Amino acid sequence: MVAMKGSRRILLAMMVGLAFLPLFAPRFYTYLISLILVYGLLATSLNLALGYGGMFQFHHCVFYGVGAYTTALMITKTKLPAVLAFLAAPVSAALLSLIFGIICVRLSKLYFGMLQISLGSLVWVIVYRWYSFTGGDNGIHGIPIPEILASTKGAYYFTLLITSICMFILYLIVNSPFGRTLQGIRDNPTRSETIGVNVKLHQLVALIIAGFFAGVSGMLFVVVDTAVFPDMLFWTLSLEVLIMCLVGGWFSFLGPMLGSAVILTLRTIVSTYTVYWSLALGIVMSLVILFLPNGILGFIEERWGRAFK
Amino acid sequence: MTILEVLGVSKSFDGFLAIKRAQFDVKKGEIVAVIGPNGAGKTTLFNLISGVLKPDSGKIFYKGEDITGLEPHEVFRKGICRSFQIVNLFPRLTVLENVRLSILSREKRTWHLFKNASNFYEKECDHILEQVGLKEKKHIVAGFLSHGEQKILEIAIALGGKPELLILDEPTAGMSPEETSRCMELISRLRKELGLTILFCEHNMDVVFGYADRIVVMVRGETVIQGTCDEVRCNKLVREAYLGVSDG
Repeated sequence: MVAMKGSRRILLAMMVGLAFLPLFAPRFYTYLISLILVYGLLATSLNLALGYGGMFQFHHCVFYGVGAYTTALMITKTKLPAVLAFLAAPVSAALLSLIFGIICVRLSKLYFGMLQISLGSLVWVIVYRWYSFTGGDNGIHGIPIPEILASTKGAYYFTLLITSICMFILYLIVNSPFGRTLQGIRDNPTRSETIGVNVKLHQLVALIIAGFFAGVSGMLFVVVDTAVFPDMLFWTLSLEVLIMCLVGGWFSFLGPMLGSAVILTLRTIVSTYTVYWSLALGIVMSLVILFLPNGILGFIEERWGRAFK
Repeated sequence: MTILEVLGVSKSFDGFLAIKRAQFDVKKGEIVAVIGPNGAGKTTLFNLISGVLKPDSGKIFYKGEDITGLEPHEVFRKGICRSFQIVNLFPRLTVLENVRLSILSREKRTWHLFKNASNFYEKECDHILEQVGLKEKKHIVAGFLSHGEQKILEIAIALGGKPELLILDEPTAGMSPEETSRCMELISRLRKELGLTILFCEHNMDVVFGYADRIVVMVRGETVIQGTCDEVRCNKLVREAYLGVSDG
């Protein structure tokens, strides 16, 4: 209980720190932390399916990319208010997730993951090739977003606000009866069935929720970067987000967020010295798997109690 | 009153007839044991009743209602809960959460997205854990319990479904003699306190003859005989097929 309070205090201090950060930090760092939040939310949404649901959602970025493209296309191609474009992102991502989910959820484990990659790659090809609509491999740049969000600071505060709200909602979900049931399914799907749980339906709903929040983070990326490109739907990005979950700790709620911070910071630092960034990523990944099988936060929790649960 | 009736149920796997026209019944409040050599089809039979497997032919009636071919979660809701031979629980969740999950599911509360699960059914969980004697361990992660305790937790999870018929697949497998007798005492106490009907299978003949009201004998997928302990003990077929071979 004491640890709980301690962790809340740390969290509160971090939130306050984040709230005042842009007032003194250089613009680049404000931008970097915005990105960390965006990817952190994306990784956390993936982890709902992966760490809590035990589903190998290998190609989660599709929902992120589709969310981002939805916002981008609605802003650039229609005269609808930007708010609608923002709201449409999670909705379209959740819809796609529903369709994927219905197809994939009947399979288990690796087969689920393989089918998910294939379906996701189809979407990537469409985005990559459909020049007249999506801009093909150029993507869409200089997306005009509402003025109040256009500055680095504006985008940062918007991202911080939305991410905090989403993280809070996800936290509630993870600790709800639904969240517990999902963990039960992860641990033992057969047993879950025999205690009366409709396993496939719960998994499907979890996938839709995960897709929804991936869509939110896609929308946030448009605000932060004012651009979209097909790489956002490419499977290597999915892999990177998966690594964020593993590095941070996929059995801890804040693990993926921490993973996002670690990976993006590392990438920023390493990239200034060498172009072989993925080499560093590989080394980090191997070290984590060998020495911290439950991720960084998982290790901290083991050592100092379940502070961040 | 007959609570469970299995009528001519058959099941084959890739041409191998695992269950051949199995036939028996369970009356309300009874403890019925299913015995038979390894591979006789006891676990398959339980899987058929609990919906994990679907029979090829035959009917299963529960309280007069046809439950043949229902999904496991539907069978659970009818009031048939089971435990497994090989420990089969939620290893990363605590003992308390294991039981709570089963109650949440029974009460159809698994769709609450924004309420805190810790506020649900604390009392009932405590009550069940007290009944089975695991209350002190309720905050331990289930995967860290001893084998015997995990088997007991199996039963506790099944109790979370408020069953009328409890199906236990080798409840004492792998237990020490003391654990075994404690476990069987628990089972017969639960029957008295909760008015349960119990169907179980077991290899330990002392346990079977000590606690069962009636016994079903299975040999190579067939239910050879159903009767009281004495009837079974005296039956010539059983002696030849089963008891003569093992230690009985």
